Amino acid sequence: MSHETDGGDEVEIPAVDYVSGSGVPIRGNDIDTDQIIPARFMKVVTFDGLGEFAFFDQRFDENDDPKDHPMNEDRFQDSSVMVVNSNFGCGSSREHAPQALMRWGIDALIGESFAEIFAGNCLALGIPTVTADAETIEELQAWVDENPDGEIEIDVEAETVTFGERTVDVTVDDAQRKALVEGVWDTTALMKSNANAVRETAAELPYVEDAAIPEAE
Amino acid sequence: MSEGTLYDKVWDRHKVTTLPTGQDQLFVGLHLIHEVTSPQAFGMLRERDLEVAYPELTHATVDHIVPTADQSRPYEEDAAEEMMAELEANVREAGIEFSDPNSGDQGIVHVIGPEQGLTQPGKTIVCGDSHTSTHGAFGALAFGIGTSQIRDVLATGTVAMEKQKVRKIQVDGELGEGVEAKDVILEIIRRLGTEGGVGYVYEYAGSAIESLGMEGRMSICNMSIEGGARAGYVNPDETTYEWLEETDYFQENPEKFDELKPYWESIASDGDAEYDDVVHIDADDLEPVVTWGTTPGQGIGITEEIPSPEDLPADKQDTARRAQEHMRVEPGETMAGYPVDVAFLGSCTNARLPDLRRAARVVEGREVADDVRAMVVPGSQRVQRAAEEEGLKDVFEAAGFEWRNAGCSMCLGMNEDQLEGDEACASSSNRNFVGRQGSKDGRTVLMNPRMVAAAALEGEVTDVRELPETEVTA
Ligand code: SF4
Repeated sequence: MSHETDGGDEVEIPAVDYVSGSGVPIRGNDIDTDQIIPARFMKVVTFDGLGEFAFFDQRFDENDDPKDHPMNEDRFQDSSVMVVNSNFGCGSSREHAPQALMRWGIDALIGESFAEIFAGNCLALGIPTVTADAETIEELQAWVDENPDGEIEIDVEAETVTFGERTVDVTVDDAQRKALVEGVWDTTALMKSNANAVRETAAELPYVEDAAIPEAE
Repeated sequence: MSEGTLYDKVWDRHKVTTLPTGQDQLFVGLHLIHEVTSPQAFGMLRERDLEVAYPELTHATVDHIVPTADQSRPYEEDAAEEMMAELEANVREAGIEFSDPNSGDQGIVHVIGPEQGLTQPGKTIVCGDSHTSTHGAFGALAFGIGTSQIRDVLATGTVAMEKQKVRKIQVDGELGEGVEAKDVILEIIRRLGTEGGVGYVYEYAGSAIESLGMEGRMSICNMSIEGGARAGYVNPDETTYEWLEETDYFQENPEKFDELKPYWESIASDGDAEYDDVVHIDADDLEPVVTWGTTPGQGIGITEEIPSPEDLPADKQDTARRAQEHMRVEPGETMAGYPVDVAFLGSCTNARLPDLRRAARVVEGREVADDVRAMVVPGSQRVQRAAEEEGLKDVFEAAGFEWRNAGCSMCLGMNEDQLEGDEACASSSNRNFVGRQGSKDGRTVLMNPRMVAAAALEGEVTDVRELPETEVTA
């Protein structure tokens, strides 16, 4: 057993201060994680290969034949910015949902609002969840429909989205913005480096038994 | 001076530091894991050559994929067997305690934590499962996390979180005959919306909450997430302490009970604590609530009429229209009389012993309607054993219910228990999303366990208050 790499894991964490790409509109409020990735596709021990099952029941019928859905349309196959409405990603905590979208090709989401756990899971993957008012979202969805190849530029730091000739103000949650822009959205290494402070906090808690606290390294 | 709410106090006690992102790094007092959301996190740990930092504060169970009929190994389904084997290997390697099916302690993660005394007031509890909010019933700060956060907790014993606002939901008055905790939470979600709780933690208070047993409080906290709140809690009181005293942990360590009680008392919200928002609900006015749509917020009283989408707020109309089409209901109708094909009594919301007892009292001496597939899936092996000992199993089986082994089962249809085609299901679970119960055309009507029992008997959604009760002879 080696502790040599503790606190110094070699994962490169890139800053995500800017994302661009063409869009795909997914309309509807309260789109839940059971729609984004049905539970039957979660019987796997890795996230690899989830991309093809994203929105599966919306995209395919009983015989697995494609239905009308933006993600089945040729013109949206290279899209990387998903434009959604309100309370997107509500329901379960399954990280399989953003993992499936990411593996399908999504790098960022713009919507009216996102469920909290979903947004947190996106952040853990370096995927911004940018919010704007309902009207802006509808305009953007309409624009994407007309300009499937059109570039959407998300400036995470400045909190703006540019599409066509327009630049609109959007909101990126403060902690999310900092984490993305400063490249600290992968919190494992960061938090591991505070191991001593963690032990001290644990030792102060009346219910944590001393034996449960690991020795200092 | 007021130190604030339970949320503030527990947060402060567990805060390690503020991270550069502005999030706080919180110590995790109990990390519960299950087979669906943890294997990928263990994989990430391995990739980085990290170990589990606090294995003794971690506890595992298997619930989502576990078959509820034939549990002999290897499981019939390869994928399920693979997930189980992976979990077994992970917990063995890390030295994590595992309530596996052979232990007699297995069950839904949110049922077994409280049973074993792992869940305690003033702990921070996380699990890769959104219904972790359930444990808030004990005055714990409990919330669901994603797999990357599970990796964080495994590797560091901590999680990065932003502090949220607290909304007090004051439920005063008395619940009427046939009205249960489940109806209270369905009503709350209906009023505040499925996203009304985003950014908030819910503190449930008031005389109606205080008079509930722990199981009822758990049903309410459980569905906080359906209202958009990541956590919900009830301040600990004598009801809480009575439960705790009976659990394994305090039976084995009775001195701990006296040692910890002052801490539990100290973390309860102060009388003069300030809240970001307060909502009042009058319990006297409630009736059994059922859902007519495909989000848990689309609920109505059993005697009320299904709303017309046009009468709803603009942003809810579209969802309502699609939901009514899916459910095949019309505005102006009531849900009473809605035909059901399946009755599911189970899930972490409503599959504890008192839930099964109440439902058994409804079914005793009666028969499940022809063509209805009715099943009881106890929340844990302990619930199952206790129910069998008191004769509840016999009552259900005599009425025509199937009696299954413990697990999540048809709550989400990851094992063989699934809706087929467009079957309609009266369900005591927490989510009526399209496809949730395993069939994308399936239709789910959420309701309390006695209402599920009534629906099973009548073959349609039924106001349980109109069925006369019979006594179970234990
Ligand atoms: S019973 Fe249902 S809601 Fe509860 S943990 Fe299992 S799948 Fe999730």
